[in-house]
Amino acid sequence: MPKTETVLDEVTIRFAGDSGDGMQLTGSQFTHTSALVGNDVSTFPDYPAEIRAPAGSLFGVSGFQLHFSSKAVLTPGDAPDVLVAMNPAALKTNLGDLKVGGILIANTQAFDDKNLERAGYATNPLEDGSLGDYRVYPVDITTMTLGAVAEVGLGQKAALRCKNFFALGLVYWLFNRPLEHTLDWLKEKFHGDVYDANEKALKAGYHYGETAEAFDQSYVVEQAQIEPGLYRNITGNEALALGLLAACQLSGLKGYLGSYPITPASDILHFLSKQKHLGFKTFQAEDEIAAVGAALGAAFAGGLGVTTTSGPGMALKAEAIGLAVMTELPMVIVNVQRGGPSTGLPTKTEQSDLLQMLYGRNGESPVPIVAAQSPGDCFYAAIEAARIAVRHSVPVVLLSDGYVANGAEPWKVPKMADLPRIPVRFATEAEGFEPYSRDDDLGRPWAIPGTPGLEHRLGGLEKQHLTGNVSYNPENHEFMCQLRADKVAKVADHLPPTAPHGDADGTLVIGWGGTFGALRAAVDQARQHGAKAAHVHLRHLNPLPKDLGEVMARYERVLVPELNLGQLSFLLRAKYLRAVEPYTKLQGKPFKVSEVLARILEAKEVAA
Amino acid sequence: MTVYPNLQPTDPSGQTRKDFQTDQDVRWCPGCGDYSILANVQRTLPKLGIPRENVVFISGIGCSSRFPYYMGTYGMHSIHGRAPAIATGVKTLNPELSVWVITGDGDALSIGGNHLIHALRRNVDLNILLFNNKIYGLTKGQYSPTSEVGKRTKSTPYGSIDHPFNPVSVALGADASFVARVLDVDAKLMPVVLERAAAHGGASFVEILQNCSIFNDGAWADISDRKTKHATQLELQHGLPLLFDKGTKGIGLDNRMHPRVVDVEAEGLDKVLVHDETNPAMAYLLSRLTYPEFPTPMGVFLSIPRPTYDAELEAQMRHAGRKATGDGMADMQALLESGRTWEVR
Ligand code: SF4
Repeated sequence: MPKTETVLDEVTIRFAGDSGDGMQLTGSQFTHTSALVGNDVSTFPDYPAEIRAPAGSLFGVSGFQLHFSSKAVLTPGDAPDVLVAMNPAALKTNLGDLKVGGILIANTQAFDDKNLERAGYATNPLEDGSLGDYRVYPVDITTMTLGAVAEVGLGQKAALRCKNFFALGLVYWLFNRPLEHTLDWLKEKFHGDVYDANEKALKAGYHYGETAEAFDQSYVVEQAQIEPGLYRNITGNEALALGLLAACQLSGLKGYLGSYPITPASDILHFLSKQKHLGFKTFQAEDEIAAVGAALGAAFAGGLGVTTTSGPGMALKAEAIGLAVMTELPMVIVNVQRGGPSTGLPTKTEQSDLLQMLYGRNGESPVPIVAAQSPGDCFYAAIEAARIAVRHSVPVVLLSDGYVANGAEPWKVPKMADLPRIPVRFATEAEGFEPYSRDDDLGRPWAIPGTPGLEHRLGGLEKQHLTGNVSYNPENHEFMCQLRADKVAKVADHLPPTAPHGDADGTLVIGWGGTFGALRAAVDQARQHGAKAAHVHLRHLNPLPKDLGEVMARYERVLVPELNLGQLSFLLRAKYLRAVEPYTKLQGKPFKVSEVLARILEAKEVAA
Repeated sequence: MTVYPNLQPTDPSGQTRKDFQTDQDVRWCPGCGDYSILANVQRTLPKLGIPRENVVFISGIGCSSRFPYYMGTYGMHSIHGRAPAIATGVKTLNPELSVWVITGDGDALSIGGNHLIHALRRNVDLNILLFNNKIYGLTKGQYSPTSEVGKRTKSTPYGSIDHPFNPVSVALGADASFVARVLDVDAKLMPVVLERAAAHGGASFVEILQNCSIFNDGAWADISDRKTKHATQLELQHGLPLLFDKGTKGIGLDNRMHPRVVDVEAEGLDKVLVHDETNPAMAYLLSRLTYPEFPTPMGVFLSIPRPTYDAELEAQMRHAGRKATGDGMADMQALLESGRTWEVR
């Protein structure tokens, strides 16, 4: 019987299994192939906090979701159309998200008594009729994988490791994807038996789809309209690291990272540690405080001092950031946010450190804050943070989050030659040198050790305007506090006008950071539903764009979705004395487009 | 493309003590031991042959940490306990610089203990001068991590029940490669020790026993008294017997490796240990000698060559740099285009 092909605009797949099942690899292979065949793609990995959780346990489930389409893709997708569940625990923890009528591929072998019990199933859901809402394809992935790789002669354990490639092969067939890209990758990575076994498993999965009667149709997702150019897949942490490296080339500054391992920021340290050939130094410090301290020391010595961390680390760095504010040294402080407070949810995303970044230091201690909105955008956000730091001689906070950091998307590789340089001018002239004199951007001269005649002393005590000497003068203190605030406010002089995406009136959705894709997609869909809506996504959280108040005034309603309890809402109300409507979520997960869409439309009905 | 200034360095041969002074009023209490340390450091620096602009003093918080304001070099009066971390950043970014850390017993051994031990362990080429006055001076007289048990202070009205640190033992325990001790008023030994600390490649740790004339006056009087110091101090000299009290006494060992005082005339010189700066075990043993049971050792306990963190980092940078073309923008572009890429037409 010939099988039919159905064309779809977009599909969301989630691969879920034990942490040892290789789901991240499976997902990233599917992603890469989809990008290569011309789809737009967005992905989100979701892995457990435990390094090696017990097999079959609910908390050991690792998932990878990807969304691919023949149209522009802004998020990794709300609810999966397809769920691949490698064991009962994976089914239990992910089934709730699967769309009604969605495809469930389950590895029947793993649904034995022991695993069912571990997942808390009294009866086998594949047999008890409880999955009637879904199109269920029970496939004995384990047995078929072992059969396919038997002739290679690997041990049982190694052979079992190939089952994710069987599943991948099957899903490749289901969506008419070529195997060649994954085979190329396998060839690069493995040799001999391991290559042979994985190749056989992949092909067996594909052929199973072709021949098994259960699968009567496959799907096609056509190429998307994508801007021509060279592309690669990139995660937020990689892009951020590349942005820091690029900032060093654009400025001519030596790069220096002081860091202490912390989830979900460590990958930036790992990535930069490999780039010594670009002259970038990395220092894994004894603690978070030493990490920022070393970065500050490097800034004093004339480097682009960078420190990377997450919320708990930021709490420890606060005092040293205050010193950077007082000494007015250019630094980039990266906070890859995660669920808090305290240790919170290390592997889950959240946007709850905004107020900590703004106000989490003693005294009047203002710093510019820049937020990245997508994995690829981390590159540009990092350059922007470095540019502000150098231009205004100030420590700058760069906010990312777990979702942006670990998520991946196809990324158009920029041309270095197209990126504007970051001008740096070190002070060299001893005549008339004053360490706390000011330029137009209220930056002060950067006079680095090694420069004859400019020897001077910095420190955390209040500085006398111009001379930089210690001063307890009351008027001077007030003047300097105001000056440091004015300097941060100056950053806004360099911002482009705010351009809302969408309608000129109605509901204005204001967001920041990693929620960009969900908010943009929700606003677009709301408009398709006939609602008047627009979207502003803030790159700069401090200072806010000068025209934001006027822009807000043009809309009847301002909706502020955030993954916290309303921190940006709080700021907007305080600054603009304007009613705004917070829409908050604190589940360690990103917004779904549908959630935001419903919220936008809800009030439209109320208003009507 | 380089943005770094390339200027004619100061000729160090013409530098004098004055070049290392500033116009800032020195604000320590009268009689504070810090004055004499400052004078010794300012006298020593011109002898090191380092252009003034290449010298950086980083301090933490405390009385001692005002030091950088009085040095005509680059400097930073930073935050409590963090000077070794900041200094590590300065030194590893630019290994050409001569970087000094000024700290106190509270700064280095209490709030900053972690940074101190790690800077020593890594052997970053820093010169760390710890002014030990066994008290918190700036906060007006609380006991410190080097205060003796029973010490009555504002925060220990019933006497301290904290067992104190011995700074030299701590430094040795942290695997420091150069460890020395000197008294604030010892204008003869201090320049010698400072010069050696500066010359040592790697982290040099110098404990300076310092008198706080206000909150802990006379804390070191037992061993600093000129009239008795020949008996209360043991001057360490590499390769020479550990003698004190005008050569009449020496330090030896019993058969369980406990140190003991040897009567040279009665027992003979061969019972006296010979100081060996390259022996960490001996250095530790010496660090445990304290007055009044023993004379307090002064001078260099340990000096061993060990690769420095900053030099090793530079070596890695050079090694990795062989991959580079010399055109940073091109290398950056190549990195951006690395990995699995595809062309969309
Ligand atoms: S309080 Fe003590 S240590 Fe501090 S300056 Fe006065 S005498 Fe010196």
